[in-house]
Amino acid sequence: MSRWLRWLPRTLWQWIFWLLILGGLYAAYVRVAYGLGGATNLSDRFPWGLWIGFDVLCGVGLAAGGFTLATIVHVFDVKRYRPILRATILTAFLGYGLVILALLFDLGRPYRVWHPLVMWNPRSVMFEVAWCVALYTTVLFLEFIPAVFERLGWVRPLGWMRSFSVPIVIAGVILSTLHQSSLGSLYLIVPDKLYPLWYTPLLPFFFFLSAICVGFAMMLFESWHSSRAFGKQLELPLLASMGRVLAVLLSVYLLIRFLDLYHRGVLPRLREPRTETYLFALEAALLLVPMALLFLRSIRLSPARLYGCALLVIFGFVTNRLNVSVTGMEAGSGVHYVPKWTEVMVTLAIIALGFAIFRFAAQHLPIFAEEVPIVSGRPVPLAAAGD
Amino acid sequence: MSRAILYDSTKCIGCRLCEAACAERWGLPYDEKVAAEEQLSAHKLTVIQTHGDHFDRRSCMHCLEPTCVAVCPVGAMKKTALGPVVYDESRCIGCRYCMLACPFQVPSYEWSQPLPRVRKCDMCYERQLAGQLPACVEACPTGATLCGERDDLIAEAERRVAENSDQYHGLYGVMQAGGTSLLFVTAVPYEKLCLQRPLPPQPLSVLTWRMLARVPDIVVVGALLLGGIWWITRRRSEVAAAEALEEEP
Repeated sequence: MSRWLRWLPRTLWQWIFWLLILGGLYAAYVRVAYGLGGATNLSDRFPWGLWIGFDVLCGVGLAAGGFTLATIVHVFDVKRYRPILRATILTAFLGYGLVILALLFDLGRPYRVWHPLVMWNPRSVMFEVAWCVALYTTVLFLEFIPAVFERLGWVRPLGWMRSFSVPIVIAGVILSTLHQSSLGSLYLIVPDKLYPLWYTPLLPFFFFLSAICVGFAMMLFESWHSSRAFGKQLELPLLASMGRVLAVLLSVYLLIRFLDLYHRGVLPRLREPRTETYLFALEAALLLVPMALLFLRSIRLSPARLYGCALLVIFGFVTNRLNVSVTGMEAGSGVHYVPKWTEVMVTLAIIALGFAIFRFAAQHLPIFAEEVPIVSGRPVPLAAAGD
Repeated sequence: MSRAILYDSTKCIGCRLCEAACAERWGLPYDEKVAAEEQLSAHKLTVIQTHGDHFDRRSCMHCLEPTCVAVCPVGAMKKTALGPVVYDESRCIGCRYCMLACPFQVPSYEWSQPLPRVRKCDMCYERQLAGQLPACVEACPTGATLCGERDDLIAEAERRVAENSDQYHGLYGVMQAGGTSLLFVTAVPYEKLCLQRPLPPQPLSVLTWRMLARVPDIVVVGALLLGGIWWITRRRSEVAAAEALEEEP
C-alpha cells in the first residue's frame, strides 16, 4: 500500500496539475472519438473558437518575449538583460511547441499539418503564418539548444552554435515581426464580419505592438515566479527599467489605438449598451490601469507591484485577442458562441503542461545561469566582454 | 469567357426541385426534413429560402476573385477557367479559414465526421466539363435558374430589369466583392433577402494582399537594419574592451 502512495501527487499544485492533465487526456479522447462536432461548440457560422482565439493567438503573443529580448541582448547589445535571456527563450520555445500542439486539436485533419510547407499559396496570410511559425520554432530551438550542450559539456557544438548565433537571432526577429503582425492580418479579410471597435486596417500593427508589450509583461511575470520557485531573481533596477519600457510601449499602443478609433469615427459606438462595448471597456481598462501605474516610481520599485501590473497587462492582452476572435465575430456571424467543456479542458491542460515542462527544464538545465565562456576552443570576445 | 448561373426570384415558385437535384448529384439524402431546412450545411449545398411571398436561392457564389481561394494556405480552393470554384479535399488541412473569410458564409464543414471535409456547391464542374448543365439548372421547371456565359447572362438580366423596371429591384453579382458567377435579379433589395451587409466592389483579398506584398520589404529592410545595428554595437564593445585593456597596465 505505502509503495503505491509514494506515486500520489504530494502538493496541492501537483494534484491540480494531474487533474488537469487527466481531464485534458479525456477531452483529447472525445476530440478523436467524436470529431470537432462532438468536442467543440463550433459551427459553420462560427468556425474559429477558443482553440484559435486563446491557444494560438494568445499563445504566440505571450511567447513574444523571446524575440524582443533576443533583439535587446544580441542586436542592441544591452548586457544587463542577459540573465533572463535563456529563461525567456525557453518560454518562447515552449509556447510555440504548445501552440502547435493546440493546433493539432483544432485542425480538422491534423496529420496534414505539414501541407502548407509543400502546397504553396503565397496569397494566403495563413500560408505565411504557417511558414513563419515553422521556421521560428526552429530558430527558437537553435537559440535554446546551447543550454543543453552546456549541461552535457559538449564544447565543440557550443562553439559552432555561438559562431552563427547573430544571424539566427536576426532571422528570428524578422520571422516574429512577420507572423506576430500577420495573426492580425488574418482578420483583415473580414471587414463585414468583425465589429468596428476591432476591425481596422491597422490590425497587423496593433497585433505586433501589443505582442511586444505582453512580451515585457511576461518577462516580469517569469522573473517573479522564478524568484518564488527557485530563489533566483533579477535585480530590482532591471525590473524597474522593464516596467518603464512597458509603460512607454503601452502608452504608444493605446494612443494609436484610440486615435484610430477616432479617425474611423467609431468612438460614438462606445455609447451603445451592448456586450462589445463592455468587453472593449474591460480590454482598455486592463491596459490603461497598468500603464498609468507603471509611470509611478513607487510602483516600479516594488517587485510585487510590478508583478501585479504585468498580470493586468497579460489579462488585457488576452482580452484583446479573445475580443477580436470571439466577441467581435459574434454579431457578424449571427450566433452566440460559448466554448464547450472539452475546449476549455484541452486549453487548461496545455497551460498546465507548459508550466510543468518549464519547471522541469529550470531544474535540470542551466537556464538561470550566465553563458559559460568556452575554455578550450575559440575564445568568444562578446561573451567575455559581457561580464 | 466563363460560365455563370442567373437566378430570377420572380420566376421561382419554391418547388425545391433544384434542392433535390443537387442532393442527388452529391449523393446526399433528401427528404421532407431536409427540404424544410433553410440554411446551407454540409448536407445541403443548394437552398431555397422563403422570405414571406418571395423566394431566394443560396449556394456558392463562385466569385470571380474568390476570398476562399485567396485565404486557403494549401491552395485547396481553385477558381477554374470554366467559372466554378472547386475544392480539392486531398489538400485540405481543415483550418476552416475559408469558412471564416467567405463574405457569403457559404462553405460548410462536416463537423460530425472523424475526417471532415469542407462542403460547397461546385456548379457541377464535372457535368459542365462533359457539356451538361448543372443539376439545379436542369431541374428548374420555370426557368428561374439559367446557366450560360456570364456576359450573356448579365445582358439577359439587364434586359429583364429594363423591360420590367417596376417588377425588379436590380441585378446582384456584377460588382459585389469583385463580381460573382452567380447572378441574381430579385423583386426586393438583395440585401433584404440575405444576411449580407453591402460588400465593397473590389475583391476582399486586396485587403490582405496589401500586407503580404510587403513581406519581401520587411525581410530585406529588417535584415539590413538589424545587421547594421548589431555591427555598430559590436564595434562599440570591441573598442570599449580594447580601451579597458590599454588602461589596465
